[in-house]
Amino acid sequence: MNLSKIFKNVFLVVIFGLIVTACATKKSVKTTTESSTTTKAAETQKADPIEKLDALMQGDVYIGSDTVGELASGVPDRVFFATNETILTTASRETLRKQAAWLRQNPDVTVVVEGHADERGTREYNLALGERRANAAKDYLMTYGVSSDRIKVLSYGKERPVDSGSNPLSWSKNRRSVTVKAN
Amino acid sequence: MRNKLLLFFVFCLILKPSISYSLVEIDITRGNLDPLPISISPFFADEISKEKIKNNLDIDNLGLEISKVIENNLSKTGLFDTLDKESFLQKPDIAHLKPRFEDWALIKSQVLITGKVTFKTINDNDYIKIEFKLWDILGAKMVDGFSLTTVPTNWRRVGHKISDKVYERLTGESGYFDTRIIYVAEEGPKTQRVKKLAIMDQDGFNTKYLTLGNELVLTPRFNPTNQMVTYLSYFRNMPRVYLLNIETGKQEVVGDFPGMTFAPRFSPDGKKIIMSLAKDGNSEIWVRNLETNIQEKLTDHPSIDTSPSYSPDGKYITFNSDRSGYQQIYVMRSDGSKVKRISFGKGIYGTPVWSPRGDLIAFTKLHKGKFFIGVMRTDGTGERLLTENFYQEAPSWSPNGRIIIFYRETKTDDKGQGFSAKLWSIDLTGYNERLVPTETDGSDPSWSSLLGN
Repeated sequence: MNLSKIFKNVFLVVIFGLIVTACATKKSVKTTTESSTTTKAAETQKADPIEKLDALMQGDVYIGSDTVGELASGVPDRVFFATNETILTTASRETLRKQAAWLRQNPDVTVVVEGHADERGTREYNLALGERRANAAKDYLMTYGVSSDRIKVLSYGKERPVDSGSNPLSWSKNRRSVTVKAN
Repeated sequence: MRNKLLLFFVFCLILKPSISYSLVEIDITRGNLDPLPISISPFFADEISKEKIKNNLDIDNLGLEISKVIENNLSKTGLFDTLDKESFLQKPDIAHLKPRFEDWALIKSQVLITGKVTFKTINDNDYIKIEFKLWDILGAKMVDGFSLTTVPTNWRRVGHKISDKVYERLTGESGYFDTRIIYVAEEGPKTQRVKKLAIMDQDGFNTKYLTLGNELVLTPRFNPTNQMVTYLSYFRNMPRVYLLNIETGKQEVVGDFPGMTFAPRFSPDGKKIIMSLAKDGNSEIWVRNLETNIQEKLTDHPSIDTSPSYSPDGKYITFNSDRSGYQQIYVMRSDGSKVKRISFGKGIYGTPVWSPRGDLIAFTKLHKGKFFIGVMRTDGTGERLLTENFYQEAPSWSPNGRIIIFYRETKTDDKGQGFSAKLWSIDLTGYNERLVPTETDGSDPSWSSLLGN
């Protein structure tokens, strides 16, 4: 079960990587061919929002730094998820390893991992989904040596969005689990 | 008894040319339904009663107000055309005694409601006696009526009881006006919503707040047999299912579970609560018997199993699971056996709720970025989508199974502003969609059964 999940993760990441590089090559070709016909001003206006989104989302997982706080200095407090997913991305696992390392260095600290969903789902399902996301983060922290009795999980479902927008970028910021110091 | 039946039969026959006995059938095809023209005369009160009522309730013309309660109820069904009181030729007191049927036929009225309010003091306690009569204009006779004595503050409920009687008599279906709706009242910015439990009459009046907003509360649901409510509270940051007596205000946690409990609903006999328990990343459906305190796990699957709802005979449970990869609707026996998926359309399905009639399941569907409220038969066939919007969910049935109430949220603008959540209702036919008035924003509505006496 767990092994297959991990394989699925690796597989997904590889696919994401392929898609991203594929998109990037396509775009660069496009811009070079189009640059002769369009004015520079119009081009930047058009390209800007799309490039911005590319830099902030991978697939539909948020990878920007807006809303991200710190559990401790240099230790991000949250990880983000794809729609309806509870799989941890490579970046998420890196963040959680930092959290685990810091928690091992500070054995008196206990935390609550809060799981959240975006607004595009029914309330009850989102409560369950938030719980599943928080537990994905908790399991990973435990794998890296944090005792389970130091980690509580709390699902908020879609009840506590950080971004009130009704668009894919806002939703990506809201699909998250946040590790919060409890003492 | 025989007389009553005969009268009923005669009444049906008389009305047949414009409205068949079973309005339901007309309702479902809707195409050529003409709403039934009905006159609701202001109820009459003598001068002494008027003055005493004015002192007691601070209402100038209670008879008029009661007739407005009835008018509002009936017109919102979409089945009645409530005629303008300005056009009435006969005075309320005389009409109540014996209407001049030609006068009412002249304004094309087919049915007339009249009434009388009398103030009474018995053993130093104040009461109002309200009498009502239902008249068939074409048949030129009274076809129904009753009188009720109650405390003056109960006057709106009497209006609802009269509405129920009229609705039952003219459609052959039980009414739903003397009922209440419990919901979550919402205020504040989207990222910091303050939520309180609120209860109101079905028509939006008499709102009362049952919690203060200190902790997050969600998904209140009525016990179909009494005035108990079950809901989810984040009291002390421990999301758990609670049981609340709305008359005494007493509440308690339901059961002792090692994780978050949520998505509660009563069994049809009101003696059990089904809900989800989320633990270690897995949500399963549990049932707890409130009399024996025995709790039992009903599903056993590593996927999310939630939003359970009993069939009205208590033999089956419909629920939501993503065991096939995405959210779909399932039905199982109430002991957890014979799990069967019933939703197979395009999109994902959630929040199944069994109709009180037993033949349909209402649901929320997400397809191509839109949310729908729909119904399907209990084997999954005959799917019908009633309404489409940016976001809406949480259908709840009226006690007679004719209307579905749900909530709808708006899309915010570029700056994340303009969010609102409102209650809406729609007929099973997919027609007659209406905003349900609430003092604040609202969500998660649940309709009570008809109140007792």
